[in-house]
Amino acid sequence: MKADPELYNFSHWRGRRKVRWPEGKTCAVWVAPNLEFYELDPPANTHRKSWAKPHPDVVGYAHRDHANRVGHWRMADVMTRHGFPGSVSLSVALCDHIPEVVEDARQRGWEFFSHGIYNTRYSYGMDEAQERAIIEDSIATVQRATGQRIRGWLAPALTHTPRTLDLIAEYGLDYTCDLYHDDQPTDVKVRTGRLTAIPYSLEVNDHYGFFIYNMSPRDYADTLIRQFERLASEGEREDGPGGTVMCIPLHSYLIGQPHRIGPFEEVLRHIAADGRAWIATAGEIVDAWREQQG
Amino acid sequence: MSLDPTYLEYPHRRKGMDHALYPYSNLFQRPQVAWPDEKRVAIWPVISLEWFPMVPSDTPFRAPGHMQTAYPDYRHYTAREYGTRIGLFRLLDAFEAVGARISVACNGAIATRYPAIVEALAKGGHEIIAHSTDMNGTIASGLAEDDERALIAASLDALEAASGTRPRGWLSIARSQSFNTPRLLAEAGLTYMCDWVNDELPYRMATDAGGIVNIPLNHELSDRQIINVQQQSVDSYATQIRDAYDWLAGEAAAHGARMLPLHLTPYIMGLPYRIDAFEGLVRWLTEQPGAWFATGGDILDSWSAGQ
Repeated sequence: MKADPELYNFSHWRGRRKVRWPEGKTCAVWVAPNLEFYELDPPANTHRKSWAKPHPDVVGYAHRDHANRVGHWRMADVMTRHGFPGSVSLSVALCDHIPEVVEDARQRGWEFFSHGIYNTRYSYGMDEAQERAIIEDSIATVQRATGQRIRGWLAPALTHTPRTLDLIAEYGLDYTCDLYHDDQPTDVKVRTGRLTAIPYSLEVNDHYGFFIYNMSPRDYADTLIRQFERLASEGEREDGPGGTVMCIPLHSYLIGQPHRIGPFEEVLRHIAADGRAWIATAGEIVDAWREQQG
Repeated sequence: MSLDPTYLEYPHRRKGMDHALYPYSNLFQRPQVAWPDEKRVAIWPVISLEWFPMVPSDTPFRAPGHMQTAYPDYRHYTAREYGTRIGLFRLLDAFEAVGARISVACNGAIATRYPAIVEALAKGGHEIIAHSTDMNGTIASGLAEDDERALIAASLDALEAASGTRPRGWLSIARSQSFNTPRLLAEAGLTYMCDWVNDELPYRMATDAGGIVNIPLNHELSDRQIINVQQQSVDSYATQIRDAYDWLAGEAAAHGARMLPLHLTPYIMGLPYRIDAFEGLVRWLTEQPGAWFATGGDILDSWSAGQ
């Protein structure tokens, strides 16, 4: 085990070569809906429990099932109404269980990356062959269901092994959403190929907003607007780092609740009307950044 | 140490759910639901009325709101009783002032210990939903099937004995079930349960003992979640419920009728410093032209008639 994971070169916020986004936009905004499937009675992983209660954890399971029956449709309509595509963090087994949701996202032009097979199966304890199997399963399952070759990875339930980043780079994936060290993309040190860390966010993730910080829906909406305002204005500074990245990671069983979706819609309306936002997918942001890095 | 190879086997990976209780269904693609008088949103208040024995049980788990200190935990025992003596009646006054009939999810022990409460509920035309025996009557895997069956029967018997009516609906403590619960509830003759929060309208479940309807009682909109767990103010609670109503009323115009459950706890919402704001919310809801105050039974009957 390493005290320093040696993931990237250190680079601080001052004196960077400026990042430029298309049309002079100062903040690239991407929305990352987690489209997930949780199992009612998953097998045990000794490193982490799937559910807080003995199975069946009815509230835990049913709350998340709300996403596919109700929340997704509400959230997706609001995103489409304001011109925000999704970059989907996908439990790929959703393609098998509820293809209706995956197909809806595909028809909206959303991009898919893998969030593992189920959000109740964790990478902790996997050997290399097992980890290769879930990467290969992810690539094949999403290809078959959507025609897309996945380009990114968010570890299932944020469970990693020290070899995950090397492996996804070896399989040709372009980006990881698992590292939280920066407000701009960063290349990650990998054994082969090239892997870019795109800023995702736990801090403004709706799960953190509602269940770590216990925010009200309007407080969470205000948080997202403040996050955007600051990142867009730092991106404007002559002596600043150039274009920044803001991710809005969502779970529709949270943001798609009836008391939350209205305040959230105001956030998207605000960002879309501001003029400084480059509203993009994760892949588009990584591509634009790489073109400047050479 | 690597994981067992079976960890990468997915025996339920196929179209549909990973269990047989209900099929997948998209709320926005079902036949539209209509409430009486073309109302858009059913407001469904459910007050949980609970008796906490001062000797708590941890099998299968200790109920939320239960005793916390070493014996004797007078502070929690009496604070919960405050809800039953006073908070409940503040809430009933708020609803009766606008002519609303509501559901009360009642422990069997409430009926046995405090028959005057059951009388008051009957007089107000309110519905009693069975809510276990007392707050030691939790259900989860580990509770033997016969014990669970007996617990359900004891709750229904006590409530029927006091009220003269056998409850049609069931709410488990903390909405916690075992794998047997839906079947045992259907077997006991219950028509609906409120435990599964995966939808925003009633839907049918299938069990080996026949069907049962689930009417989702949104836990995220409960006073316990917003005020106790998330530590928000009653004013914020009221704003959140108004925002939810506005959204649902708008959605109903395009997609059919909707439901707004208000899950309430007498010892949380029925406090002097909160009840004025709550009364204001009830009045506001009453003023909304699309709002229909309903009991679980009213919702079930209206929904069933349209199926």
